[in-house]
Amino acid sequence: MGTTDDGPGRTPTATSGQTRGPAPGAGTAGAGMAQASSAERRRIDHTPGAGSPSAEAISAGRREMLTDTRRLQIKSLAERRAKRPRIGADAVCEALIRQGVEVFFGYPGGVVLPFYDVLGDYPELRHILVRHEQGGAHAAEGYARATGRVGVCLATSGPGATNLVTGIGNAMLDSIPIVAITGNVVGSLLGKDAFQEIDITGITLPCTKHNYLVRDPDDIPRVFAEAFHIARTGRPGPVHIDLTKDALMGACLAEHPDSVDLPGFKPTFEGHPRQIKLAAQEIAKAERPVILAGHGVLIADATEELRELAEKAQIPVAHTLLGISAMDETNPLSLGFVGMHGWKHANKAIQSSDLLIALGMRFDDRVTGHVPTFAPYARIIHVDIDPAEIGKNVAVEIPIVGDVKRVLRALIPQVEAVAPERRAAYLAEIAGWRAESEKTPWHGSGAWRNGQLSADFVVSRIGEATGHDATLVADVGQNQMWTARYGGFRRPNSHISSGGLGTMGYGLPAAMGAAVGRPDKETWAIVGDGGLQMTVQELMTLVQEHIPLRIALLNNHKLGMVRQWQELVYAGNYHSSHLLGPNWCKLAEAYGVAAFRADQPGQVDAAIASARAVDGPALIEFCIAEEQNVFPMMPAGKGLSDLLEEQFEEPNQ
Amino acid sequence: MSPTGSTPGGSADPAHPAPVHTAPPARALPGNGQTHRHVLVTIVLNKPGVLNRVASLMRARNFNIETLAVSHTDQPEVSRMTITLRGDDVAVEQAAKQLYRLIDVLKVQDVTSEPTVEHEIALIKVRADDRNRGEVLTIADMYKAKVVDLATESLIVEATGTEAEVDALIALLRGFGIKELVRSGTVVMSRGAGSIEEAVKR
Repeated sequence: MGTTDDGPGRTPTATSGQTRGPAPGAGTAGAGMAQASSAERRRIDHTPGAGSPSAEAISAGRREMLTDTRRLQIKSLAERRAKRPRIGADAVCEALIRQGVEVFFGYPGGVVLPFYDVLGDYPELRHILVRHEQGGAHAAEGYARATGRVGVCLATSGPGATNLVTGIGNAMLDSIPIVAITGNVVGSLLGKDAFQEIDITGITLPCTKHNYLVRDPDDIPRVFAEAFHIARTGRPGPVHIDLTKDALMGACLAEHPDSVDLPGFKPTFEGHPRQIKLAAQEIAKAERPVILAGHGVLIADATEELRELAEKAQIPVAHTLLGISAMDETNPLSLGFVGMHGWKHANKAIQSSDLLIALGMRFDDRVTGHVPTFAPYARIIHVDIDPAEIGKNVAVEIPIVGDVKRVLRALIPQVEAVAPERRAAYLAEIAGWRAESEKTPWHGSGAWRNGQLSADFVVSRIGEATGHDATLVADVGQNQMWTARYGGFRRPNSHISSGGLGTMGYGLPAAMGAAVGRPDKETWAIVGDGGLQMTVQELMTLVQEHIPLRIALLNNHKLGMVRQWQELVYAGNYHSSHLLGPNWCKLAEAYGVAAFRADQPGQVDAAIASARAVDGPALIEFCIAEEQNVFPMMPAGKGLSDLLEEQFEEPNQ
Repeated sequence: MSPTGSTPGGSADPAHPAPVHTAPPARALPGNGQTHRHVLVTIVLNKPGVLNRVASLMRARNFNIETLAVSHTDQPEVSRMTITLRGDDVAVEQAAKQLYRLIDVLKVQDVTSEPTVEHEIALIKVRADDRNRGEVLTIADMYKAKVVDLATESLIVEATGTEAEVDALIALLRGFGIKELVRSGTVVMSRGAGSIEEAVKR
């Protein structure tokens, strides 16, 4: 294990002092810096003109601004609020506070400045200034997934708004409750191609659960109450609110409603008793049942009910990617995750099952593979709160529309208790498969080929070092599959991943949001070098907000999953899958993030321990084997029984 | 279905005693693939953008709308859409369920197999002069269509009826030369005392 030549830089000042050095003409500014407070020094260090002949003038200007800011802060907040009429922006802040929002992620710009003008008057609201709006949207998602609460992000009109769209789409596909707020141009300019105007409600219409364009400040209280209700009720999802600048600035007299009136939004929570009775009968008849637990189990907070059902009827539990952590993986009935890169024993269990109990999942093609080959002997019970998911991808025998927790509570008393002996042969068969499948692609020595560091080992060591209690947030690609397979998840919602949309760049900002939402839990981002380069700017947010996130960078200098497909499907035609990256430790230190590096199996534990000891964010660059693939793998268009396995060229060490 | 008992070839091949891996039956995909015309009546909140939401959803979910008629109802806060589309029963049920996911959609009803009154209106501008105007008028009369505009070279026929009736009239008039054609799209109403509009009243 080692750090870079400069040693770990813990603060921006430490690093910039070493790398930049005094420049001619900067002497006076430097003297000013010495007297300034540490916060001020940090700002001045980042003055773009530092080192240039005009540095002194720029620094002097900065100090002026800082003083002004402080002067504003000193003013009594109550005094400020009393002196002015209540405007739309105040109603937004009040609504956020009423909805229990404590922290949100935003980026200012022209049309949302009225909001930022009053935001300082609401100390209950913590605003985290992200470095890119996409980071804000993903952070809101990470926050929502780690806490189960509604995440909030905010951006200005035009480019700010469009930058949120990837995150909104991700929240739609993964059923994450977020409220995305954007500004728009003054109502009278709508449709006139005004500066930074874009039809953002038209853009988000197909990728939100619902969206609003608000032009009247008096609509703000109602719209926010509805938006939060829609976002978190039933199947969660993103709601977008677009506020014109005059809606934010205009006087607002409307009161906040205590309830919402949405005649077109009435989710079904209770499962139909007849269907539940049928489900209990199916379970009683089944000899080889398997539960397939999805994200809905975690959303409905039904992890205890899941365990109860599984143990009462002795049914093994497989997880979808987003259903990971719905059951403690050390429970003997937990099979781990299924699908394209899932555990072979879990896939085999599904393929040989005679009854599949699908809870809060949607038969994604990454889970089913080629549908005609999926679970060919199984009758299917499908529980989901969204009626549109029933029969969408797979025809099912017993559909139950309802909240997983309430359906399970009604179902469990009707299910016959099964003695473990009755399932002994079945469970022993799966255990045999498991012993084989856990052994095959695993590199327990930490080395893949020729002693090169193995990614599965790194992920597993992070899980061990954190006592399997940390929240592990993956990016997308190989790192995501290794995290899902080897993290070893025991606590509900300790695994966060971009499932449906597969958003590279998700890992770092989502982990930032998760860390902010759960300060009581350790949070790790496990990312690849491709994804990290997409949203690396949020390192600065971590430093500014002092968020103690640990980032495990699995660096193979590749778009690993692309390379894997090119190797296995496209005959080794490696076009555009090799990518250069920066000197990661120097980059991290330039941001003020402590950085460590490990390229040998023996250095992994020490690097993890060093990162965990840092007060504030830390990054470890794990230089992993460049050509290691994730196995098993279900080729596209094939089924769960057609898994590719690793072909060893030399004995596994 | 028991995997041990009903596996095709399972007992015939002693080398594979396990229930799996021996010519498993193919899992059926949802739907029977028999497409035919469906009529959906949809009651929506009368809010800006609701037509866009419905149209966008149908496009994004790969459903092909044949006709779409939107209008007010007797209640100012709701509008009514009549959508005709082709698909098998499961696909159209899926379209209805997806429509229900829209917050502004209150009620969706597939009235295809119900007794309904189904009508559309068409305006057909036909080439007609002194030589053949009489023939056009006769055909229009037989379809209980009205002539609503008369000029030296053309006339406009206004026809109402089911889609099939209007299709038949258009086919007959095509021989004279249709200069312009507009159809409103089908509107339907269930026969009897039942009311979809009352069903959504609060």
